[in-house]
Amino acid sequence: MTVSAPVRPLEQAASGPTPKPAKSNAVLEVEDLRVHYVTRFGHKIQAVDGVSFSLKQGEILGIAGESGCGKTTLVSGCMGLYIPPLFHTSGDVRIDGKSIVGMTLEQNRKEVLGQKIAMIPQGALNSLNPTRKIKDMAADMILSHDESADKKSINDRLRERFTRIGLDADHVLNSYPVELPAGTKQRCVIGISTLLNPKVVVADEPTSALDVSTQKAVIKLLFELMDQEIISSMLFITHELPLLRHVSSSIAVMYAGEFVEYGTTEQVIFEGRQPYSRALMGSMLSAEPGQKSRKPVAIEGAPPKLDKPIPGCRFAERCPVAQPDCRTTEQVLRIVAGRQVRCKYADTEVVEQVGGGL
Amino acid sequence: MTDALKFQAKNISRVFGHGKKSVTAVDNVTFEIRDREIISLVGQSGCGKTVLAKMLLRLETPTSGELLFNGKPITATGDPRNHWRQVQAVFQDPFSCFNQFFTIRSQLKSSFRLFETKPSPGEIEERVDQALLAVNIKPKEVEGKYPFELSGGQMQRMLLARIFILKPQVLIADEPTSMVDACSRASILDYLLKLKEELSMTIVFVTHDIGLAYYISDSLYIMHKGKMVDRGAPDDVIKHPTSDVTKQLLEDIPDVHRQWIARGTPVHAAE
Amino acid sequence: MQLVKGLFKIPAFLLGLFLFAATLALAFLGPLVFHVDVSTRVGDPYMAPSAAHWLGTDHLGVDMLSMLVMGLRASLYVGFLAGVVATIVGTLIGVYGGYKGGLLDDILTVLTNLFLVIPTLIVLILLSSSMDKGRSLTLIALIIGGTTWTWSARAVRAQSSSLRARDHVALARINGFSTLEIVLEQILPYLLSYIFMVFILQTATAILTEATISMLGLGPYDSISLGKILNDAKTNEALIGGKWWAFMPAMVLVTVIAFSLYVINTAMEGVFNPRLRK
Repeated sequence: MTVSAPVRPLEQAASGPTPKPAKSNAVLEVEDLRVHYVTRFGHKIQAVDGVSFSLKQGEILGIAGESGCGKTTLVSGCMGLYIPPLFHTSGDVRIDGKSIVGMTLEQNRKEVLGQKIAMIPQGALNSLNPTRKIKDMAADMILSHDESADKKSINDRLRERFTRIGLDADHVLNSYPVELPAGTKQRCVIGISTLLNPKVVVADEPTSALDVSTQKAVIKLLFELMDQEIISSMLFITHELPLLRHVSSSIAVMYAGEFVEYGTTEQVIFEGRQPYSRALMGSMLSAEPGQKSRKPVAIEGAPPKLDKPIPGCRFAERCPVAQPDCRTTEQVLRIVAGRQVRCKYADTEVVEQVGGGL
Repeated sequence: MTDALKFQAKNISRVFGHGKKSVTAVDNVTFEIRDREIISLVGQSGCGKTVLAKMLLRLETPTSGELLFNGKPITATGDPRNHWRQVQAVFQDPFSCFNQFFTIRSQLKSSFRLFETKPSPGEIEERVDQALLAVNIKPKEVEGKYPFELSGGQMQRMLLARIFILKPQVLIADEPTSMVDACSRASILDYLLKLKEELSMTIVFVTHDIGLAYYISDSLYIMHKGKMVDRGAPDDVIKHPTSDVTKQLLEDIPDVHRQWIARGTPVHAAE
Repeated sequence: MQLVKGLFKIPAFLLGLFLFAATLALAFLGPLVFHVDVSTRVGDPYMAPSAAHWLGTDHLGVDMLSMLVMGLRASLYVGFLAGVVATIVGTLIGVYGGYKGGLLDDILTVLTNLFLVIPTLIVLILLSSSMDKGRSLTLIALIIGGTTWTWSARAVRAQSSSLRARDHVALARINGFSTLEIVLEQILPYLLSYIFMVFILQTATAILTEATISMLGLGPYDSISLGKILNDAKTNEALIGGKWWAFMPAMVLVTVIAFSLYVINTAMEGVFNPRLRK
């Protein structure tokens, strides 16, 4: 079976991740980050366990994995949002070379959130307060980091920005959320969260609750903002690995708190070398003639709880091609075929039995 | 057509509200659903597919038109419970489908109240266990558990376990995969196929994802703004879409082999 | 549970809880500390506070502190009973109307609005003055409860109607649950914290209402209440005579109970009502 599928070339230039972090032009650097939270019963859950990556100016990194794999915890960690029961274990997160871990939440809210790193909320439509006008919510964003800003300068800034993202600023700013159509609301939410020109934008499942057409519109809007240079670098979190084909230039697949494959979009999407990422690809169903007979890959079960150390490969329990020694040998990230992979059999034919047929 | 018809809808509409403020959710729709087939209702959110599904379930009543079930008007069974013995449903968000104040198991057991002759307590326990096993869940795993203690995929399988208990003739599956992860999605589809094959169930699959619909169904109905805009065998609809809506739905799937969004000047990493 | 824990971190809530607990302690634990007797004259009328009688005596020479304890008990009893009645009636009408919708809901809403515009106080004054001897504390509580339930009905109806569209309710329906079962099992549990808040507010309102009508001289014939103490002080010229101990403590107590309950309610609303929670 061949791994490479026939692909029409797209103009999406793939910029590969570098195996070693800390490059000079990196905006966001995450180094061996470990984050844990403590359950009600006092158990320590190591939800993010040694993740390293760097995001360059203008790059979009996609992070894929199912719920419970640690994506959202990783996002909190990257934003320095260590709100108990979530705690920083070890490792570092730097934005523009400056570490943001070890700050107080107060300090973080003032200096980091919104300005250096901002999040686009998951349910964009429901995140607006129905009782307040758009301009008041937007003004809050500016005031949160600059308390001395006067009304006039805030107003000018808002009008300038809302016009730039293609909205009728006068009308929209003076409206309540209910008065606006869904598409406009979405623009407002994204417009407000990126008001302070953050270096890095985190989009945590911005499209997962939407139908395919709305999903496309949201991603189009994000691209528009990138072309306008309102957004420069982005972390795009999703459980739909195939979607990242069109969104990011590189992809990290996450499982049980670790990266299991980290490479360029082309590498991960079309030539995945790790059973989990291949399974995620194989679970996709497309409406191409002839695809009807292809059986999608199903992986039963859920990611492990991580309340106690797992001796071998963390995916072995669910891996369709797990070998006897997988459960006993710990897997490390190593370079196979130009990308980082965490699988003992990444360079063998064993992994190719998963998924495929794309 | 020799196949028996499960449902027949003749010019049914559902209008909400009165006068100027009225909204037509389903607009003069005619279709039929054959026995032991999986049909898909596909469309964007707000196209009327869910309202249509609720009418098949007798949770909504058509404001006009005729809706037949097994050749008789859908209300002919009188007590809606008689209808729900034969037509059952799974919904989109498995978490909101269960009451958070009761254990999962006790809620599965409450399905037996639909039975005309209620089995003995011992038999109920046994049949719940069997249903759980049918969806690949060890009964021990969920013993004493509350809805918020399980994952989304597990919860969706709980909804399906309920169907394995009730064994209705028709299953209305309203977006059963849109809240679950990619990995669990395929297994949910597998269970639907299993229900069709092992229990000869007729399945109405409601979805916004034409890719899923194409994979699983025997016929496709595309809806837009309350109307049926395209219909037919999956391969015909995919290969020769007659409506712009169908074309748009096909185009909007982020298929990895196609250009999906054209970008002007992509701002990318400059090494 | 997380929410309940959060509640105990709000200073206002703790203050309210402390104040309310203090009034409860005075009403029920007080008699263990000092001697309570409202049937004997222990001295001259309007004796100033002293070591023997901490709050002096009233116009008949009865120990004021004893009067206060008994009055407080009566007020709490009225508040509790009226609160229970109003909450139960209001919740039933609100939940049922909100869940059923349609014509029934319309009828119940009209009924609620009808009761809403009936001024409780005037009804109470009319009823009380026409009944004279039959005016018991319990009856007054029932009348207050029977006319103030509208507030809880409206509040609960809104919540119930939003729950109606939830999937678990639809699933319960196709599971063959009857309407009553759905209301009891699928809707009420989700509203419990809300109903509790409503109850607190209804109780506070009832205590204030009883104090008001008793002060007007239309209080219960069979019991002492805080409002009646105020009325006695008023009719026996304690205000003019500057006998502050005859009315100040009762006034302070009514204020403290109502204030503590309102504060508790506001704090709970902040925690349990997602719209106010930021």
